[in-house]
Amino acid sequence: MDSRLLTSAVTLRVNGTVHRLTLDNRSTLLDTLREDLDLTGAKKGCDHGQCGSCTVLVDGRRVNCCLLLTVACDGSEITTVEGLSDGWSLHPVQEAFLARDAFQCGYCTPGQVCSAVGALREMAEGRPSAVTVGTEPPSGAAEIRERMSGNLCRCAAYPNIVRAVGDAAERAAEWWERTP
Amino acid sequence: MDILRTPTDLAQRGHGGVGESASRPDGVLKVTGEFAYASDLWARDMLWGHTLRSPHAHAEIVSVDTTEALSVPGVHAVLTHADLPAATHYGLEIPDQPVLAGDVVRYHGEPVALVAADHPETARRAAARIRVEYAELPLVTDESTATAPGAPVLHPNRSDHYADRVPHPNVVHHQPVRRGDLAAAKARAEVVVTGEYELGMQDQAPLGPESGLAVPAEDGGVDLYVATQWLHVDREQLAPVLGLPRELVRLTLSGVGGAFGAREDLSMQAHACLLALRTGRPVKMVYSRDESFVGHVHRHPARLRYEHGATRDGRLVYVRGRIVLDGGAYASSSPAVVGNAASLGLGPYVCDTVDIEALALYTNNPPCGAMRGFGAVQACFAYESQMDRLAAELGMDPVSLRQLNAMSQGATMPTGQPVDAPAPVAELLRLVRDRPLPPPRQWETAVGTGTGFDLRALPGGLSNTTRGEGVVRGVGYAVGIKNVGFSEGYDDYSTARVRLEVVNGEPVVLVHTAMAEVGQGGVTVQAQIARTELGVAKVVLHPADTRVGSAGSTSASRQTYMTGGAVRNTCLLVREEVLRLGRERLGDTHPGWRGDGLWLRDGAVVTAGGEVLADLAQVLGDDVIDLEREFRHRPTEPLDPENGQGFGHVQYSFCAHRAVVEVDAELGLVKVVELAAAQDVGRAMNPQAVVGQIHGGSVQGLGLAVMEEIVVADGARVRNPSFTDYLIPTILDTPTMPVDVLELADEHAPYGLRGIGEAPTLSSTPAVVAAIRAATGLALRRVPVRPEHLTGT
Ligand code: FES
Ligand code: FES
Repeated sequence: MDSRLLTSAVTLRVNGTVHRLTLDNRSTLLDTLREDLDLTGAKKGCDHGQCGSCTVLVDGRRVNCCLLLTVACDGSEITTVEGLSDGWSLHPVQEAFLARDAFQCGYCTPGQVCSAVGALREMAEGRPSAVTVGTEPPSGAAEIRERMSGNLCRCAAYPNIVRAVGDAAERAAEWWERTP
Repeated sequence: MDILRTPTDLAQRGHGGVGESASRPDGVLKVTGEFAYASDLWARDMLWGHTLRSPHAHAEIVSVDTTEALSVPGVHAVLTHADLPAATHYGLEIPDQPVLAGDVVRYHGEPVALVAADHPETARRAAARIRVEYAELPLVTDESTATAPGAPVLHPNRSDHYADRVPHPNVVHHQPVRRGDLAAAKARAEVVVTGEYELGMQDQAPLGPESGLAVPAEDGGVDLYVATQWLHVDREQLAPVLGLPRELVRLTLSGVGGAFGAREDLSMQAHACLLALRTGRPVKMVYSRDESFVGHVHRHPARLRYEHGATRDGRLVYVRGRIVLDGGAYASSSPAVVGNAASLGLGPYVCDTVDIEALALYTNNPPCGAMRGFGAVQACFAYESQMDRLAAELGMDPVSLRQLNAMSQGATMPTGQPVDAPAPVAELLRLVRDRPLPPPRQWETAVGTGTGFDLRALPGGLSNTTRGEGVVRGVGYAVGIKNVGFSEGYDDYSTARVRLEVVNGEPVVLVHTAMAEVGQGGVTVQAQIARTELGVAKVVLHPADTRVGSAGSTSASRQTYMTGGAVRNTCLLVREEVLRLGRERLGDTHPGWRGDGLWLRDGAVVTAGGEVLADLAQVLGDDVIDLEREFRHRPTEPLDPENGQGFGHVQYSFCAHRAVVEVDAELGLVKVVELAAAQDVGRAMNPQAVVGQIHGGSVQGLGLAVMEEIVVADGARVRNPSFTDYLIPTILDTPTMPVDVLELADEHAPYGLRGIGEAPTLSSTPAVVAAIRAATGLALRRVPVRPEHLTGT
């Protein structure tokens, strides 16, 4: 078969750098990041959208990128765990994960951190979660648990993850002011 | 050879000695995504390996044809049993497991052939083109089919250490523990309760799948970068399989995404090395999630029968137990699991008359071996369920009954071993019982929802369509006992190399061990010990590899004790050497050099009174002190094969739980509202990490209580190898978990510490189930408790 039928040219902006790639149409964004762009921060825990280890931000929204075909991301802005720090200091969510010891083996951590960054932004923007009832902006540990429930942690660092995300909530708001 | 994302030195200039919540030296790397896990490894020109696995649980292999697979473009090698260069079998204790199946497959998912190709998908597709003809054989799946007359013998001609003593060749190992006069005790018992219990097959499900990279070396050897729990025991098993002398098989620990026992046995190690040596190219293997579920051993499912006899006032008079563990197709660590189940089968109680036997079967189910708390977890569910039944029978409070029978220091184990360190069992129970209970029906006092009602707090959350009318609360308690370190006469040791030098005026300590950091925070503790003992801020941790002596396994809650002990002892020898050099070189500059009790602090030698004698730079100059030493715990002895008597264990570890649950029995929904734990840790080397371990173990026990089970059905096949079908606790399933930590020193252990990782996994399961029983009145003899067990449908 003509290989041009199996491949596509795709432009991605990843952590601020533009990449023009020609890739197999079947590539997932996770494989593209890990195998083609050398960004192995996002982890493959299941490759089936079940564990959240591969969570990255696509145009500011968190996704399980093992479920996303790269060709569908043409023109997108992608932030991985490697791109969260501003180059000088860690992102407040990363700081909070360190301070609260919100991990053990750390395999879920890149996904947890990206997911928390996305979740805090969703909460700050007043977007409802699946269990939001009424109009009062959701908050607190129960809401953090709800919003972080797509990220498995087999080491069960969950209590510290809840605390870390809570700690980061305020500092993260300031951070978004500074970084686009 | 370009190899990327292999582990690097972890350098930390900081504070935090023993007893402080020092931060992890690998922490920044882990939160920034830079920490290199085994699945991230890469080498120029590397190939990808793939494993073809058996679709049957028991079958003869009639023929294997690899022709078509070899013709797939991009394929570099296809290997079968016939291609194995040397030893064909391996095993942790009994080498009964084929590297690749020969004439017969004994479990669903057993490796049959290997492919190396230039792309993982090519390797997978080529493997699908290997034609294997099977002739299915009758299955052995439980005790009755394994020991029935005429049952197929899964491992004929056994020559292992246990073969002569087992009642049937399909029994891997059998261990009775007998003490006291049973007939007399039975006559004295005023109340007797019996019960049968069952545990399903739990999986460790580490989030990082099995992975590694094998790189062929110019000297004919191989370098393997791998996520494992014990580098040296991997090498012991690999060298004979590869037909290489041990020195030519070099292992380096790569980043490990959790272990919990799943990495105790070999998985892809031998396969990747064989492919690398065959092709002359680096070979990477990474299991997919469904492959991971069949690619490592599981927790032994178990059936247990117990009989507890007591006096009317609640004193245990005798305990009988029979614990049948399903070891699956190969031995793995079954013998040790049997030893634990038998010797710890009474629980943390005092009883003079005990008759407990444990055995593990060979079956055609998936092989079972190490998982956090092994052997002790299964027994704990049964003996704690029994204690509740006994309390109910006697009309006693279940905590009081436990406290009345609780062991303490000075007690005698059913093995005859004296408990010669603190055993604060009654106190741990008191701590969890005395905590205030969480407020009930929290969905009715919702905060932050604006409606006065909080769906999130109901059992089932969103999926509960009621307003909680049918929800009932229950509270349950349990306590458990786990051994720490390798038992039964095993020569258990660890090794540490410590190097001290002054670099650019700053003293630097390098710590080099082969300890597998799997998330437990062992590297943190090593750095803490080095800072405490050598008074140096900058500590560099060398990657774990086989260039230093064995550290033993990261299992059995043993690494802080063993490798911590090795690092400490080697540091003390380095310190002695510093002081010797100091006395030799500077001894006449200050009378303080002649005094006793000199130590190291803030990069200097100080007197007992804290007076600075000299900087390390002055003492050492350009000299380097570099020592490597082994550390052993006190010896243990094998258990007597007839009655299980013997000084079998090094140390015991205790944890108690109180679970508070809310149950909607009509809908079959359970919410664990709170899971409080109390544990004696001897010495909290790193208090924050201690609490993390207690949380982690407790949640894995909760998972076993209400959700986790590998379903083996339809011809002994694994039916749920995914996170959609094998459920592990999410953050929503995880309750608040208050923790009390006791620090009662064990004088036999370094710093008085006690291994902590496993004990919390034991009692959380029975505590949760006890709470569900209290809420529902159901007997619930099996875990995991499933919705249909509650609804009776
Ligand atoms: S790897 Fe994408 S969700 Fe698990
Ligand atoms: S830290 Fe190990 S899986 Fe989350």
